Amino acid sequence: MAEAQNIPVGSTTAGSIAVAAESTVVSRMSAPPSFDVADFPVPHGREEEWRFTPLERLRGLHDGTAVANGDGVKVDVQAPEGVTVETVGRGDARLGKAGTPVDRIAAQAYSAFEKASVVTVAKETVLTEPIRIAVHGQGGTAFGHQVIELGAFAEAVVVIDHTGDAVLAANVDYILGDGAKLTVVSVQDWDDKAVHVAQHNALVGRDASFKSVVVTFGGDVVRLHPRVEYAGPGGEAELFGLYFTDAGQHQEHRLLVTHNTPHCKSNVVYKGALQGDNAHAVWIGDVLIEARAEGTDTYEMNRNLVLTDGARVDSVPNLEIETGEIVGAGHASATGRFDDEQLFYLMARGIPEHEARRLVVRGFFAELVQQIGVADIEERLLAKIEEELEASVA
Amino acid sequence: MATLEIRDLHVTVEADNATKEILKGVDLTVKQGETHAIMGPNGSGKSTLAYSLAGHPKYTITSGTVLLDGEDVLEMSVDERARAGLFLAMQYPVEVPGVSVSNFLRTSATAVRGEAPKLRTWVKEVKEAMERLNMDPSFAERNVNEGFSGGEKKRHEILQLELLKPKVAILDETDSGLDVDALRIVSEGVNRVRETGEVGTLLITHYTRILRYIKPDHVHVFAGGRIVESGGPELADKLENEGYESYVKGGASA
Repeated sequence: MAEAQNIPVGSTTAGSIAVAAESTVVSRMSAPPSFDVADFPVPHGREEEWRFTPLERLRGLHDGTAVANGDGVKVDVQAPEGVTVETVGRGDARLGKAGTPVDRIAAQAYSAFEKASVVTVAKETVLTEPIRIAVHGQGGTAFGHQVIELGAFAEAVVVIDHTGDAVLAANVDYILGDGAKLTVVSVQDWDDKAVHVAQHNALVGRDASFKSVVVTFGGDVVRLHPRVEYAGPGGEAELFGLYFTDAGQHQEHRLLVTHNTPHCKSNVVYKGALQGDNAHAVWIGDVLIEARAEGTDTYEMNRNLVLTDGARVDSVPNLEIETGEIVGAGHASATGRFDDEQLFYLMARGIPEHEARRLVVRGFFAELVQQIGVADIEERLLAKIEEELEASVA
Repeated sequence: MATLEIRDLHVTVEADNATKEILKGVDLTVKQGETHAIMGPNGSGKSTLAYSLAGHPKYTITSGTVLLDGEDVLEMSVDERARAGLFLAMQYPVEVPGVSVSNFLRTSATAVRGEAPKLRTWVKEVKEAMERLNMDPSFAERNVNEGFSGGEKKRHEILQLELLKPKVAILDETDSGLDVDALRIVSEGVNRVRETGEVGTLLITHYTRILRYIKPDHVHVFAGGRIVESGGPELADKLENEGYESYVKGGASA
């Protein structure tokens, strides 16, 4: 099921399907999940979960030297009627319900945040307008915690927009009640120097549908860890991602879907384009099908398009299956490059060079952009892709 | 009337850290409405001529001129040449993942024609051209050349030829790798374009087989990086019977 094609110099594509009783997704982490940062050793860079990440560029988030300063990040929530927005203290029972930090920075964020934001959509409330959460970095350091909870049969679209300059470590919890439908679009449109590390925990209720769209353009280092578990059978998760990694940027997306409940579905599609020297994209796609998760249907895919020399992709899909009683399970990873021959072919048909690049990149992302389902975000994405391409031509 | 004039064209390539001269003084004039067959053995430089005219970056022009209606083709970028009216049907068309045939054709036609074709007439134009080449409509939604069979790739090249209506079409071994049915369909496509009388055709081939379907006005034998003999259609018959042997020996000493 794993496939690797046209691998350019400087990229790796690995993949494995393990059929075993032992769970390496969990066991290869350097410490068990915990809310306390003290339970995690300071990483040195050779650990499985840190080996791709440039620790020296994390501005101290990983070793305890990063200190929050008052107005590091400004968070503004715009919510339509029917939504409750609260700022709560550390003791609130809803915090940490969707998942536990699995690495040192997530635990650091959990140990260090002072106030959390909780956005609640009451049961059976169907929103027609998105909830918009603007996270704007003001040059400081911050630890955050965000909870988004939908009651049973509620439906909502949430857009979380990260802009500005910041050093931010955060946990984001998505809690879906039975039959709820949540679409979350998380846009990382940071300034060049920003560092953003976050764990996303989704707990998908019985017959609920969760759609996550992660869009990463900006920042010096962005390392996101979207995770999904199911609270009951019949749940569905779609995890879409799109990244455009420029010269010098490190963009890392590490996903884990844990099928811990029977008859749930998951579908992961991440696509990235890279250009420029030392552009580095990392995609880790882990899916674990536990022995009790009979009737699971899962697929994960990562595609990368390398536009110039000097960029690097590490793409590692990993599927662990503890039961054979499933509907389907598979993964694919491929990294290809936009090469001189493709450019020649398009130009030989009269298409100017910049137009040729745009055609290829737009084509590469188009299918995924159409899946977002939020019109203004789709338009902004296409505009952003154009902008990135213009920058590369200049 | 459009004319392509190639004068004393010399071309080199870099290979194994050495510069190798492939074309050693090519002279050829192709006028609108004419069909010239260029025939020669493997390695004689036929494809180099085709790709050099289209502007492939691998080839360096060291001397000579190429004029299209008096305009200096060698000064133009690859896309400018195409917009000026040069078309190269490639021997090995390139896969372009993520770009659908329909999007590609429209972008190309827009660039070459200088304005976007009107959607209504365009859809009809493409549909009819595809039908004539026995191409299934689903073809338009596939990615350019991705997973195409050899025959599909060549039909796709000829589809572009029909839609872009160039002044000069260079067909680089369009016949290679085609079975008889595909060869007939592709040849009919080329003939439809030729019959308009508005295109000059440079048909590059190793075999005489395609000349049963596409009748050339002029036949040139290409060997050792230049044209070594020119004549009418009867020259093709001679090649059919005698092969390239006599030219290869002569070419080696050139």
